[in-house]
Amino acid sequence: MLKATVYVTIKQGVLDPQGVAVQGALHSMGFQEVESVRIGKYMELSLDTDDRAEAERRVKEMCEKLLANTVVEDYRYELEG
Amino acid sequence: MKFAVLVFPGSNCDIDCYKAVQETVGEPVDYVWHTATDLSAYDCILVPGGFSYGDYLRCGAISRFAPVMSEVAKAAEEGKYILGICNGFQILTEAGLLPGVLLRNTSLKFRCHDTVLQVVNNKTPFTNDFAPNEEIVIPIAHGEGNYYCDEETLKELQQNNQIVFTYKDNPNGSLADIAGISNKRGNVVGMMPHPERAVSELLGSADGKRMFTSILKAWRDTHGTASVR
Repeated sequence: MLKATVYVTIKQGVLDPQGVAVQGALHSMGFQEVESVRIGKYMELSLDTDDRAEAERRVKEMCEKLLANTVVEDYRYELEG
Repeated sequence: MKFAVLVFPGSNCDIDCYKAVQETVGEPVDYVWHTATDLSAYDCILVPGGFSYGDYLRCGAISRFAPVMSEVAKAAEEGKYILGICNGFQILTEAGLLPGVLLRNTSLKFRCHDTVLQVVNNKTPFTNDFAPNEEIVIPIAHGEGNYYCDEETLKELQQNNQIVFTYKDNPNGSLADIAGISNKRGNVVGMMPHPERAVSELLGSADGKRMFTSILKAWRDTHGTASVR
């Protein structure tokens, strides 16, 4: 059993309206030091395999095909176990 | 001419599209469930609005893998007319049939009101009944209609006349005020505004009607058939 952790983030240069709104909220709460906020996604996948190389290849394919839209999002992943 | 209205779990503008076809051009139209594997009987495929698969992960991200979508890609290849409206537009971009992506509105609000559009390209099968640069009123209803693509893609869209509609007063932060685009060939169009909700003055505008009459006209021009209607 392997665990994959996938992080999907918005590409630099692409506006993140949600992040901008959260930054505004933090400012109004007195956290003036917050220069920017970017909101992304965190996913945990349990994989029924022990083949690390194969798992890595498959997780990459999952990211490219579904988990991230590479037009506007970047992804990275970690494998554990 | 035969129309198909695709239905995904969570589609909610399918009935509007179906009735709009009946009311505007009166041609045969069928609902087609997302598991269908044959669209060969249809000349125009409408991908309606809604929240297919709950908009989970990203709008359209899961629907694009529905069995019917490979048939839609095939139909696009064959030059059939494909119109994605709202969530339908999001599905077509996720499926790679149209470039770019639709992001969250910059206001973070779900915007639901009439918009004034400019018909930038009236040479498509979907817009030939409009005058060049005509201004029309079509309603929007979306939270993720903020069109985005990289600079290179935008240049390509402009050079190939792929920008079909722009907003007069940008409601969502969309790049270059884009409301609707086509593929390079012009047979696939995606738009955030809802022409199917603007087919009668009773609904506030009848401007959307001419999108449907345009499609029929384009089809007749290439198929040389007359209707008895």
